[in-house]
Amino acid sequence: MKRKSLGASLRYVPYVFVLPFLISFAVFYVYPIAASVVMSFQNVVPGRTAFIGLDNYRRIVDQDFFDALRVSFTYTAVTILILIPGPLVLAAMLNVGRRRTNTVFRALYFLPSLVSVVVAGTIFRLIFATSARGMANTILSWLKIPAVDWIMGGSLTAMSLMVAVAVWRWTGVNVVYFMSGLQSIPEELYEAAEIDGAGPLRKFFALTVPLLKPTVIFVTTISVFGGFAMFEESYIFWRGLSPNNVGLTLVGLLFKRGFQQGELGLGSAVGIVLIAVVFAVSMAQLKLFGFFKQEEKE
Amino acid sequence: MRRKVSAGLADAIKYALLAALVVFFLLPIFSLLMASFKSGKELMRYGISFKGMIPPRFDPKNFVYLVTGKDGIYLSWFRNSVIVLAAQTVLSLGLSSFVGYGLGVYRFKGRNAITVMVLLVMMVPLQILLLPLYAMIVNFKLMNTYQGVILPFMVSPFAIFFFRQFASGIPKDYLDAGRIEGLGEFNIFLFICAPLMAPAFGAMAILMAQQSWNNFLWPLIVMTTGEMFTLPIGLASLLTPYGNNYDMLIAGSCAASVPIIIVFVFFQRYFISGMNAGGIKG
Repeated sequence: MKRKSLGASLRYVPYVFVLPFLISFAVFYVYPIAASVVMSFQNVVPGRTAFIGLDNYRRIVDQDFFDALRVSFTYTAVTILILIPGPLVLAAMLNVGRRRTNTVFRALYFLPSLVSVVVAGTIFRLIFATSARGMANTILSWLKIPAVDWIMGGSLTAMSLMVAVAVWRWTGVNVVYFMSGLQSIPEELYEAAEIDGAGPLRKFFALTVPLLKPTVIFVTTISVFGGFAMFEESYIFWRGLSPNNVGLTLVGLLFKRGFQQGELGLGSAVGIVLIAVVFAVSMAQLKLFGFFKQEEKE
Repeated sequence: MRRKVSAGLADAIKYALLAALVVFFLLPIFSLLMASFKSGKELMRYGISFKGMIPPRFDPKNFVYLVTGKDGIYLSWFRNSVIVLAAQTVLSLGLSSFVGYGLGVYRFKGRNAITVMVLLVMMVPLQILLLPLYAMIVNFKLMNTYQGVILPFMVSPFAIFFFRQFASGIPKDYLDAGRIEGLGEFNIFLFICAPLMAPAFGAMAILMAQQSWNNFLWPLIVMTTGEMFTLPIGLASLLTPYGNNYDMLIAGSCAASVPIIIVFVFFQRYFISGMNAGGIKG
């Protein structure tokens, strides 16, 4: 195929193309990860940095650590439990019927994901205001529930607040993912099912859900990453100082130790634990979905 | 006949439900817009409420204050955000399309290994790199500079993957035609293939711009002086527990969100196709 005169140049040209990636990969990923591992075994003080073995890992295990672990796990689990089934049903509804109307709905649901997390946090802080006149508390009063101090009122209200922001921002994004997955399912399958007398519910559970499994796995995986990486929402609500750590996440702990207290070694150790947790949870999740079995079959 | 009627009813219920959800997604944005015409003091005390959500009159004084208040600091934030967005989008589009094209078009030793590296990098959460990157930026004396904010994100693994998928669909005939014309490989990329990848550039430009505009965590660490803040950092700095800055905060949040929403309305197609690239991953 290759012509002779081109042979020589074609041998090195592809490497020139990928060079920018290789450089940035080395400088901005490989080096920092390596540095992170090294720093997690050090007491980092400018000029007097010294190796201290596993001390950092011993020192990070405290009340803050367990609180952060609990908040991150709960947040990830709850957001996944809402943000997978909900958008899946919505996508299935938007996949049939009036095409134009459906596109408009999809766009409207997507809109919240465009605004910055700071703006989203600001809006939700005002909607979930402490005052009884705030929107959220007004809705509670319709249900005959007394007004709540959402931000300072304890771990249940704090978690509700963070989850509310996540549901508001990410539902539309997941709907788009599921709709693009649905478009790859051939129409004929549904027609065949209809001939066999299957109703809409039957079609949803017998066809849509199993055929969307790859998309579900994908969305769950990025939700695990996103869930454990959460920090910004909590920073905007509490500035890293939530009462009884109701808003402290693992990344929040990394930020607190590393930047607010200037303990780079401790912060790095938290980072390494975070990678380990995310990796373990992702693997468990993929195993649960039978992802590896599926790969072997192929 | 009966079947038709019940199908029509089911349809009506479905769309009623979908329309009700629109309220959940849009009411917060709408109420923020309305709140930007109210006094910060009132918002501080009562938050956003249903009653009196729409202000009796639309007084633009908060928006005037955006431009004139605090020595025009909001304008500096806006300018910083625009500069970072422009530089970051242009650089990362150029470099990522270059790399993605190379990976998509050529067969060479190490191609698969590099593709796997790109995918792996996509999965590393930025948060765990924060501390060493911070140490690096301090060493390079890039704190409080645009370069410091932009450099680590010059090459986007996600965009590389997107361009790679797109470029691998370009028929080889185009490349051969260019070679026969005597064009070098880089000129073939620049003058033949890059124009063919216009839709991919559109999708990624919008995605990169949106990410840069809303980027929070990294600029928060690099920019430490008020006049170097980008919009999200500046707005977050107004969110004090005392609420004394709410006039600027609310109007500023609106002014920061409107450009991206306008872009979305006009280029919705590109947004969605950029997103769908994520589906390829799975």
